[in-house]
Amino acid sequence: MSFQVNDWWILLTTCAVSLCCVIPGTFLVLRRMAMYGDAISHAVLPGLVAAYLISGTKAGPGLLAGAASSGLLVTILIEFLQKKVKVQHDAAIGLVYTFLFAVGVIMVSQFAGMADIDQDCVLFGEIAFVPFDLIAGIPRQLLISTGLLLLLLLALWAGYRGLYLSTFDPGFAAAIGIQVIAWHYLLMAMVSLSTVIAFESVGAVLVIAFLVGPPATAALFSKRLPGMFLLGSLFAIVSSVAGYFLAMALDANVGGCVSLVIGVVFGISVLIRKYLFRE
Amino acid sequence: MASDYTAFFLLQDPNVRLVLAGTILIGIIAAITGCFTFLRKRALAGDAISHSVLPGVCLAFLFYGEKNPLVLMSGAIASGLLSLVLMEAVTRARLARPDTAIALMLSVFFGAGIVLLTAIQHQGNAAQAGLDKFLLGKAASITREDLQLIGLSACIIVGLIAVFFRGFYLISFDEDFAFSIGFRVKFLQFLLSVITVWTIAIGIQSTGVVLMAALLVTPALSARMWTDSVVRMVFIAGFFGALSGYVGAFISYTAPALPTGPWIVVSATLLAGISLAFAPGKGLVSRWAVHQKNRRKSTDENILKLFYQLIEKSGGAQHGLLEEDLINQRSFNLQTLRTGLKRLIRKGLVVQLAGVYSLSEAGMSAATRVVRLHRLWELYLQRYLHLEPDHVHDDAEAIEHVITPEIEQMLAEELGYPDKDPHQTNIPPETL
Repeated sequence: MSFQVNDWWILLTTCAVSLCCVIPGTFLVLRRMAMYGDAISHAVLPGLVAAYLISGTKAGPGLLAGAASSGLLVTILIEFLQKKVKVQHDAAIGLVYTFLFAVGVIMVSQFAGMADIDQDCVLFGEIAFVPFDLIAGIPRQLLISTGLLLLLLLALWAGYRGLYLSTFDPGFAAAIGIQVIAWHYLLMAMVSLSTVIAFESVGAVLVIAFLVGPPATAALFSKRLPGMFLLGSLFAIVSSVAGYFLAMALDANVGGCVSLVIGVVFGISVLIRKYLFRE
Repeated sequence: MASDYTAFFLLQDPNVRLVLAGTILIGIIAAITGCFTFLRKRALAGDAISHSVLPGVCLAFLFYGEKNPLVLMSGAIASGLLSLVLMEAVTRARLARPDTAIALMLSVFFGAGIVLLTAIQHQGNAAQAGLDKFLLGKAASITREDLQLIGLSACIIVGLIAVFFRGFYLISFDEDFAFSIGFRVKFLQFLLSVITVWTIAIGIQSTGVVLMAALLVTPALSARMWTDSVVRMVFIAGFFGALSGYVGAFISYTAPALPTGPWIVVSATLLAGISLAFAPGKGLVSRWAVHQKNRRKSTDENILKLFYQLIEKSGGAQHGLLEEDLINQRSFNLQTLRTGLKRLIRKGLVVQLAGVYSLSEAGMSAATRVVRLHRLWELYLQRYLHLEPDHVHDDAEAIEHVITPEIEQMLAEELGYPDKDPHQTNIPPETL
């Protein structure tokens, strides 16, 4: 197995994408909103396809805007169903995202010829194509995901207090004047953006593994937010690298392999915590 | 195209009958089973299970070497159950919260499925062609063998649900109660899980693993809007499920290249949208109508109260009032006041003569009643909740519109038929 420049690009992109997911994912896990990640990752599809069709290109801010707005749309719809129509929580999520995803898939299959996107790409992405789409010699995906990672870090640094307090004690946060709802929507926007970035590489369903897996594993060992971020990032990178080599060995989809490894890492961590860190 | 449609609707093509029977059966079974998934608030777990059957299907194919429906279904059931067991184990051991456990199992199992699927595809085994139809569903791929399996499964599942209906019903609402009156809750839960996984395993033929959860939950949610009875809910959901399945078969017949799952889900969701909007009682429209009706009622009663207060103020001398008099007594939106007055005139409670408004006899008695309720409630709050007299008004302002004659009677009795409220104004006696 020879390791070439292309492999490095794919590996780096996978790592960058998984790191992007750790930041909002940690908050999702802590807020017991993991399934919102599921919902949003499915629901960005129609926005993504619409943006493809309108702008005719995979790059560009229009795409991010389209996908991010459908991410917010799903949040608003779920809240509308719960509060105004009194639909129970789980059914509201299930109803909204399956519908949006179905609409997205129909759009993809109707306009398959017009946009560079197909059903398989929607479901499990194709990170192996990353090296074929270069800007100034560097893969576009890698540039975008690194850019988003910096943006997310900036948002985390600037909004740490608000995100932290509204996550752990929304009542107290509201009492001292923090706009809990605004932080909720900011987090949803962060999830949407990471989802959009990860979408192309790993597809709609596997994004959830990236969002939830490393933070859930980190939560086994750390009860503090900074610790969760660091451990989560570590697990994300380890899983990405191991998953990549597994994919090469099996000649299988990279996103799927990384998700599988994320699951294995969680399983091993459970055992380690049980037998080594016995409380 | 037109001949396609007639061929479909007249069921001329035996293949159409086959596919149609398959999708409709799947729609019905999924919707019926889904009622319990919905009532037990396990919609998201259902979603995770349906994604999780994929690796089972792939492994079964790898071991058996061809697409035998029974083998694939067994594989699907096995891996669906495994994910469910793991989900519950992780949650019970407090290793992760339920939502995280669900999301984790969903993505990891699906990831494993994708790994197997892509690995099988890259092997180039000719028999694997069409294995990916399980992702988004392909109703047209239902064969006679598949239909036999679907039909048999449907009979067993419906039979089991009919036999254990009471138990399933009880554990959906109150497990502790079910246990206390002697139901074997653990067994029923297990059986229901098996039925759910089984339903998903046969459903992925038409809808695919990615969207199967919608076929479970969306018809159940729609049905819930129309009824409060579980039995009726099951039948209505089954009907909605059948309709969605019908649409799926139609799409698959007229546009064979398209995946059917998304179309089935879109049609099920449209039915849900109609139900959520228009179902009597619980739907948005009827909820809104009730809201409007209540608002109109309280506006009208507030206007009547104004008349009473102004008449009372003038010691009974003043009977005709101008709009300004009413506005000055209470800051009303002029438009609201005018439409309210018009409504009261229509109801014969208020009479208007040359811009001067006065109460009719019926209007006087209605106004008296509202004021009486207001003041009775103020007194009740003061006497039983020990509120200060200046704290009782706002509460009474809201409650006066909802007190029924029976409660009025009880209040008066409880308070000893009083004639003074906490502000020492008269409580008018009951009007006939």
